[in-house]
Amino acid sequence: MSNSIIYRLDWSLILIYLLLVTVGIVNVYSATYNESFNSIFDFSELIGKQLLFLIISIFFGVIILGINIKFFEHFAPISYIISIVLLVGLFVFGKTVSGATSWYDLGGISLQPAEFSKLGTAMMIAWYMGKFQSDIKTPRTLLKTTVYLLMPFILIMLQPDPGSALVYSAFFFPLFREGLSFTFLLIFFCLLTLFVISLSFEFIETIGIIGILFLIIYFILKRFISKIKIWPFIITFLISIGFSFSTDYIFNNFLEQRHRDRINIVMGKKVDIRGVGYNINQSKIAIGSGGLKGKGFLKGTQTKGDFVPEQQTDYIFSTVGEEWGFLGSIAVIMMFGFLIIRILRRAEKQNNKFRRVFSYGVAGLIFIHFFVNIGMSLGIVPTIGIPLPFISYGGSSLLAFSIMIFIHLNFDANRLNEW
Amino acid sequence: MIRKLFLPVLTLLTALIFIFRLLSLQLLNSSYKSLSDNNAVIESEIFPERGYIYDRNNKLLVSNQPVYDLMAIPENISQFDTLQLAKIINISKSDLKNKLSSAKQFSMKLPYVIVNQISKEENAIIQEKIWKFRGFYLQKKSLREYPNTIGSNILGYVSEVNSYDMRKDDYYSLGELTGRQGIERYYEELLRGVKGKKYLQKDRFNRIIGSYEGGIYDVPSKGALNLTLTIDLKLQQYGEKLLKNKRGGIVAIEPETGEVLSLVSAPSYDPNLLVGRMRSKNYRILASDSISKPLFDRGLQAQYAPGSPFKTLNALIALQEGVINSNTTYRCNNGHFYAKGKFMECHCKSGTNNNLFSGIFRSCNTYFANIYRKIIDESGNGVAEGINIWRKHLLSFGLGNYLGYDLAVGKKGFIPDASYYDYWYKEGGWKSATIISNAIGQGEILTTPIQMANFTATIANRGFYIKPHFLKSVSNGDFKKINEKKITSIDSIHFETVIDGMHEVVESGTARVARIPGIKVCGKTGTVENFMKIDGVKTQLTDHSMFIAFAPKDNPKIALAVFIENGYWGARWAAPIASLLIEKYLNGEVKRKSLEKQMLNGTLLAEYEKPYSGKPFLINE
Repeated sequence: MSNSIIYRLDWSLILIYLLLVTVGIVNVYSATYNESFNSIFDFSELIGKQLLFLIISIFFGVIILGINIKFFEHFAPISYIISIVLLVGLFVFGKTVSGATSWYDLGGISLQPAEFSKLGTAMMIAWYMGKFQSDIKTPRTLLKTTVYLLMPFILIMLQPDPGSALVYSAFFFPLFREGLSFTFLLIFFCLLTLFVISLSFEFIETIGIIGILFLIIYFILKRFISKIKIWPFIITFLISIGFSFSTDYIFNNFLEQRHRDRINIVMGKKVDIRGVGYNINQSKIAIGSGGLKGKGFLKGTQTKGDFVPEQQTDYIFSTVGEEWGFLGSIAVIMMFGFLIIRILRRAEKQNNKFRRVFSYGVAGLIFIHFFVNIGMSLGIVPTIGIPLPFISYGGSSLLAFSIMIFIHLNFDANRLNEW
Repeated sequence: MIRKLFLPVLTLLTALIFIFRLLSLQLLNSSYKSLSDNNAVIESEIFPERGYIYDRNNKLLVSNQPVYDLMAIPENISQFDTLQLAKIINISKSDLKNKLSSAKQFSMKLPYVIVNQISKEENAIIQEKIWKFRGFYLQKKSLREYPNTIGSNILGYVSEVNSYDMRKDDYYSLGELTGRQGIERYYEELLRGVKGKKYLQKDRFNRIIGSYEGGIYDVPSKGALNLTLTIDLKLQQYGEKLLKNKRGGIVAIEPETGEVLSLVSAPSYDPNLLVGRMRSKNYRILASDSISKPLFDRGLQAQYAPGSPFKTLNALIALQEGVINSNTTYRCNNGHFYAKGKFMECHCKSGTNNNLFSGIFRSCNTYFANIYRKIIDESGNGVAEGINIWRKHLLSFGLGNYLGYDLAVGKKGFIPDASYYDYWYKEGGWKSATIISNAIGQGEILTTPIQMANFTATIANRGFYIKPHFLKSVSNGDFKKINEKKITSIDSIHFETVIDGMHEVVESGTARVARIPGIKVCGKTGTVENFMKIDGVKTQLTDHSMFIAFAPKDNPKIALAVFIENGYWGARWAAPIASLLIEKYLNGEVKRKSLEKQMLNGTLLAEYEKPYSGKPFLINE
């Protein structure tokens, strides 16, 4: 049986996966711990539910590894349609928790379809890109891809769950890998820069800064390209000002105060450690007080005292930082780094475009969660409530990401079994 | 290529940024540790119960009583019936509202005192209903309690530390108690013990959720010690009773040990006044009484001219210096001319011949003026050396300096030396006749009552004293008994004649009123002239009544000095009071009921009114 999938599996990735889910169980246990705990297998407690979902995830994983590789390509559009149906169904059957209708209540266990739609969308994008006639450089493909992404995005925005919706920006990475024009990257960065400048300075100052930047770029370019014309710069400059103005306008008129506050806190424009900034501040205190080696398992005073809200979900990393210290934190960060890069490296080896884009999408999704979630805990990214894959409490997230990892493992193991 | 590397590089960059951020948060910035401790760790202090104080016979002088503070943590308060709570804690609704708003201003998270020092009785009522009011709770505290309302001048009192105390000693933090004055202050560290610390972990609602790290940082408190004083409760009580409606002081010492048996200062105050909610108000009243000065310990702090009792010391010095012997005789003619045209009066009849023995019991001014001149003129080479020799002897009796007893207040008194007179009269500008008042304990000499009691004890001991002290033992046994003998510069053989004279004072001299059947009492009266500035004019007031005594003559058990301000002559108030105290102490009861009644009921209040009446008044009537 030297042909068995066991010999072809990427065991180092499985090891990292198992390490991450273990870190997850340990820290969710700590974050939700109280003296009245009987057993971690008590399914009425959060930790019991999480453990149940872990078992289910691994069970599904093993099944996925046994499925014929061709099945997934056929199943991809169906999984996307199921995702969309589930998202639409929320408006009828969904349970509303703290303002967002994001859950199906299945008697004690809640499912969050937005987590599964990440999987469905990854499958759909991969499937579409894998089609013979698809080329992201053509407007037609670009448009269709945009529609596929916008469907779940809008449905999730309507829940409303802007954090989960934002996650769909992860698909920029596989698309870029597959040839999405550099222009999009450039525009994205320009817009981001403009956005930050607009929010940091008064409108008049912004115009000045943008103007100076344009002049500098113009004169630098003129040295190399003698026949450069001035009018495209003027037009871009005017568009930039228009964008800046609308950013200010949107920021001041459309965003809710809590969103404005979140952005302001990260940009250092506002200090408010009792109100909106409370979460970030407490998270920073928890992490900062961990020191080199941390306070030890179940010894985190911030964790035990429930000072960090949403600690088992969005702020799980503060538990890691407090109880396991600098060493534990960088271990987790390195595991994520390894996981993402490992997936990407193996994906590059795929000749099959469907599988490559899918794996790339999985890596992109993990990267966005990793970047936003830990960045938020460390106070360098605005508060956006999305979980840390494999670690945060939440069965849907754990199950969805596990399925993605196992599908990737299947693809990777069967890389050479073309057709 | 760029397309393939984009996400891997971005991932690495992100990881690097995170690691740098963690580096700055966790390793380079230590403030988060303390922030987290502030957040989650409550340091609660455990105070050992302040030590009790007992008298020499183990009778309780000071104990503790529980009181309760009603505390509130604004953050935890939920909607409640203000009127009902105000009713329960017996304050007005608006007062309660004010308290709550200042609590909120102080801190939302920290406990704030709404009502302090609620008595046991009130507490019982509040305790039953307090559960209805979330965010409020009662905190037990301990206050001093004085079962006997005596000895406030010895015991002192306790009060909350102020910013000065906290700067001086960083042991204390806000709201803690410290001893003020008296034994409470002097033995503060023994009485308070050492507070312990307990670290508790709380959650974000400030609820205690257990001990911090299993209590490894906890510091156990060190028990406070109980003190046993040398004071005799009964004698102290009796002394305070006797000095009612009089001003003055009594100091009684056990000569053999230097233990202070009682230290009475009148007028005094009930120590319970300086306990509890009324403390600061009462303190202001006591402190602002500038006429009767109840906070002023007359036994330790009042400096008077010693008057005639001082003659005994001059006699001893003259004997020691060999300028007289016990048979040296002087003739008194109702006084004598000590210089041309300067006459010192004496109550001896004209033509009385006095030797040392009769000089003492008749308190003959003439006799002592003569021997004093001999001391100054003959004991050294010239008056300057003479007076310095005289002074040296007096200093060996503990005069002219602090005695070093274990209470924080005192005065040095004053014994002049040659340089003092050189300053006033120019060098060589004075003779023994110039300073003749010192012979009879007037003049420039100043002593405190405890110094007088101490030299009386020294005479009783025939030449030595043990530093007077108030602490007899400590509950952990860790107290070294004071027994160092301070031996005077007078040989003990010289004391007998003086003591015989002092015995005769009581038997047939100026203080026959002090005689107690069955007890040989030795004493010496004094009548001390004194002056006061009234509207800038030095006015003579009625003399102070003064008496020193010890008893029994052989193997003395008690030596004392009694000082009654403006009591006229020594035998009028001081001698009978001293005598009653001796009888009470040695016999346990007083048989001379009529004398006792006369002394207990006697009042000098009218005398004390005189200088403040604004009208001319007569003295010594």
